Amino acid sequence: MPINYYIFLSLTLFVIGIIGVLTRRNAIIIFMCIELMLNAVNLLLVAFSKMHYVTNVSKVTNAGSDGQLFVFFIMVVAAAEVAVGLSIIVMLFRNTHSVDVNFLNRLKH
Amino acid sequence: MGITQILFWILAITAIFSALMVVISKNPVYSVLWLIVTFFTISGHYILLNAQFLAVVNIIVYAGAIMVLFLFVIMLMNLNKETEPQKSKWLKLAGAVAGGCLLLVLVAGLRHTEKQMTEMVTGDIGLIQNLGKVLFKDYVVPFEISSILFLSAMVGAVVLGKKEPRIPVETEMRKVEETQQAINI
Repeated sequence: MPINYYIFLSLTLFVIGIIGVLTRRNAIIIFMCIELMLNAVNLLLVAFSKMHYVTNVSKVTNAGSDGQLFVFFIMVVAAAEVAVGLSIIVMLFRNTHSVDVNFLNRLKH
Repeated sequence: MGITQILFWILAITAIFSALMVVISKNPVYSVLWLIVTFFTISGHYILLNAQFLAVVNIIVYAGAIMVLFLFVIMLMNLNKETEPQKSKWLKLAGAVAGGCLLLVLVAGLRHTEKQMTEMVTGDIGLIQNLGKVLFKDYVVPFEISSILFLSAMVGAVVLGKKEPRIPVETEMRKVEETQQAINI
C-alpha cells in the first residue's frame, strides 16, 4: 500500500475528531473525539514505522520499531489522561448536574 | 487487486463511517459503541501492517478498558437520554466548515508526496519479541517514568473523585437553581 492512503485515512479520522470537538456540547463526547484524534495519529505512526522499515532495513536491523514504541507510550498517556479526565467530568457533574461544556465559562468571570 | 487491498478498503471505509457516527449520533451510549467499532477497525489496520503487539494492546487498553470506563461514567450519570442541549445550527455549520477547510488544506499540501510503499503483511518489527527487546534495552527510563505517571494519575483520580463533605440540602438546591439559571442566560 502506498503511504499516501494511510496519510489520507488518518487525516480524515483526525478531522472528524476535530469537527466533533467543535460541534458537540457534551463533555464526554468531546473527550471521546480527543481519543479518536489520538488513534488517528497512532495509525499514522505505525504506517510510517513500516515505511521506514522497508527503506532502512539494510542499514539497521530493527529500523522503525521506535515508531511503534511511541504508539505504545501514547496509549499509556491516553489511559492516564482518561482516568483523570473522567474523574474531573464526574466532579463537574456532581457540582452542576450537567455535563454541558457551556457551564465551564463560569471560570471566566 | 489482492486480498490485502480489499481488506484495507473495507477497514478504511468502516473506520470513517463509524467515526462519523460517533459525532452524529445523539445518544452518548451509541457514540461509545461506534467508537468501539472504530477502535476495532484501527486494530484491523494494525494487523494488516503486521503490528501484532499494538493490535492486541489497542483492543485490550482502548476497547477493553477505556471504553468500559466511558460507558460506566455515562451509565452512572444516567446520560443515556437524548437530553443534550444542541448547539445552534450556524455554530455546527461553522465547525464543520472549519474542519473541512483543515482537511482540504492538508490533503492539498500532502497530495504530491513521494509514493513510498509500506510493508503490509510481512516484516517482524511489530512482533512482541522485537518490541520487547527495544523497550527494555533502549527505552527503560521512559518505561519506568510511565509507571510513575500511572501512579500519579491514579492518585489524582481518587483525590478528584472523592466525595466532598456534605453540605445542607437547601444550600445544594439553591446552587442547582443558580446553575440552571446560568444555563438559561
